[in-house]
Amino acid sequence: MSPGDRRLLPVHAPRGVGMLRGSQSFPDAARTALADTQLRRNLGHATATIRAKRAAVVGEVADWEELREAGRSIKADTMARLDDLLIQLEERVVAAGGVVHWARDADEANSIVTRLVRAAGADEVVKVKSMATQEIGLNEALADAGIAAYETDLAELIIQLSGDRPSHILVPAIHKNRAEIRALFARTLPGVDPDLTDDPRELAAAARSHLRRRFLSAKVAVSGANFGVAETGTLAVVESEGNGRMCLTLPRTLITVMGIEKVVPTFRDLEVFLQLLPRSSTGERMNPYTSLWTGVHAGDGPEAFHLVLLDNGRTAVLSDEVGRETLHCIRCSACLNVCPVYERTGGHAYGSVYPGPIGAILSPQLTGVEDNASLPYASTLCGACYDVCPVKIDIPSILVHLRAEHVEAQRRERRVPTPEAILMAAAAWTLADPGRWQNAQTAIRAGRALGRRRDKDAGRIRALPGPLAAWTAARDAPRPPAETFRQWWARTRGGAS
Amino acid sequence: MNRGSSVALFVTCLADTLFPDVGRATVAVLERLGCQVVFPPSQTCCGQAHVNTGYQRDALPLVRNFVATFERYDAVVAPSGSCVGSVRHQHAIVAERAGDNALAERARAVASRTFELSEYLVDRLGVTDVGATYPHTVTYHPTCHSLRMLGVGDKPLTLLRNVRGLTLLALPAAEECCGFGGTFAMKNVDTSTAMLADKIGDVLATGAEVCAASDSSCLMHIGGGLSRLRTGVRTVHLAEILAATDGAA
Repeated sequence: MSPGDRRLLPVHAPRGVGMLRGSQSFPDAARTALADTQLRRNLGHATATIRAKRAAVVGEVADWEELREAGRSIKADTMARLDDLLIQLEERVVAAGGVVHWARDADEANSIVTRLVRAAGADEVVKVKSMATQEIGLNEALADAGIAAYETDLAELIIQLSGDRPSHILVPAIHKNRAEIRALFARTLPGVDPDLTDDPRELAAAARSHLRRRFLSAKVAVSGANFGVAETGTLAVVESEGNGRMCLTLPRTLITVMGIEKVVPTFRDLEVFLQLLPRSSTGERMNPYTSLWTGVHAGDGPEAFHLVLLDNGRTAVLSDEVGRETLHCIRCSACLNVCPVYERTGGHAYGSVYPGPIGAILSPQLTGVEDNASLPYASTLCGACYDVCPVKIDIPSILVHLRAEHVEAQRRERRVPTPEAILMAAAAWTLADPGRWQNAQTAIRAGRALGRRRDKDAGRIRALPGPLAAWTAARDAPRPPAETFRQWWARTRGGAS
Repeated sequence: MNRGSSVALFVTCLADTLFPDVGRATVAVLERLGCQVVFPPSQTCCGQAHVNTGYQRDALPLVRNFVATFERYDAVVAPSGSCVGSVRHQHAIVAERAGDNALAERARAVASRTFELSEYLVDRLGVTDVGATYPHTVTYHPTCHSLRMLGVGDKPLTLLRNVRGLTLLALPAAEECCGFGGTFAMKNVDTSTAMLADKIGDVLATGAEVCAASDSSCLMHIGGGLSRLRTGVRTVHLAEILAATDGAA
């Protein structure tokens, strides 16, 4: 497919809705986050703890590498025939008494859910923790329609009560500590004990009594899905608290918004992912609650079940041979927890609801790379994410690929090249020819003048000019030597090679 | 054991220009072990900085030059994990993206014969004691691309453990990135610096005189920080330690 054809596919996530785009570039947002002492402490502590837990439970699985490979190949097979599998899933869900809706993008999904909630005669919904509904900004869309959405996952509740944004896929309130949460609950939960302490048990109990009333009164629940089984029409939600199960079983109407990449071919495939996910995610051998449901059953659980299949840019990701592996992601967040960049900046710096390494490749592909152009560069390419990914997504290679996509997009769209592009072209021209390169080395040697020969600063350069000043803002630079390697070689070996 | 082998040195553009001692040390170690070292003068740069910044089209002539320079040799050795990583994992991709499948084939062939120094010494030459003497306390930063892209494992540490007089001090959180990341160090200077600060903290916690690694680029970053903070800790490339026979370097 030529780049021209690719632009004809009208499938990127639309602007103006949802939470896939930040208001600042990553370096600017990161600068703010890096200065937040409390955030740095909270994140450092939380990521170190969860990293150690994951390493321990992964280490005890003898066939972990085979499991990863199985996960990767099931996902690759799924993506290769996604269209057929989605139609099969629809047929099975409908056969089991559910209704399936197809949403091209966030706007369509939001209006489908709004219409369904109204049709159920409700003005409030309880929500299971879900990335897809965060991505499309469903709560905001429902609020605009006069429908209150109540998050029931403890961490999502904390985020909602504080009017904050999630900063982690699994632990969205990872940037808050328990003292901050105590203060929040004391301020926002109606009828809360004024002597509430920051003991995690007490905090959970306060949230529980608050949520219980919601579960019992809500007519409609909205969830996401970890998996949708094409073979049987079964949906799956994996969680820790049981609040999700309350939502999935108590209200009369259940609406599930699922990204189209969450389909798996057979029920048996769950065997692989239900091993990979909890160990990678919470560092547990098994998650406390795994809810599976297939359509509706009289007298048991919801009377009406709606499945909204969401594209919102995923077809665009699928159309890119290198980038499509991104759709294999099972949202475990192991890559966030090991990422040295995420550990220091936290999730908000990424702008999107998908932070960390996976967010740095997923968000730009869903929105089109130019709408999130700084994200593919928010990585040192250290590769720690690739090592822990339970479905072996080669995140570093996709980051490099997206950087190239960005540079090529700039080349197409700008009449005047960026200063960086001019610099890179000049460097490449120089380095493509050994003669030109030797001349450049002579010029670099002139930089010796910037360093002092004697005294305490011998051998270092404290300040470099131009764009190189970013280097010496934080580090000394080495003073160029009097003789390059190749000059030494030519002098001592007579230029023979 | 494969002594008397002919080896082409890919010194890397950075070592060539700013750290020629690293190139000289690499030559010294290989020659001490009986290798015939040649330096093909048409070499320049692997193009990694271009590829990793998104300028794959600009990197194409660099890949072409690398392949043309080195394809006639049986073995190519470089004192850099990340440059070898680029040769092994990126050159063919750059060629394919440009639609030059013939170049991609040639690039794969050269890549299969291109080795990072510790890989070449341990795997190819079968040597773990290179006969070096270095009476200093040293901590070793394994560098991400050596560790995760090439999978060199503990080969550098094995080589260091066999250096006479050397005291190896374990670096806490050794496998964590130092924050260099090529142009990341400039584009995301604040995050890069935050990562560097923690790496420096770990280096200082060991009490070592020397922080060693197998990549001049990471060492330039770590060393630049250690120097700016006047810590008195030096950065030294693995090759320089392995070349030392009288405790110098």
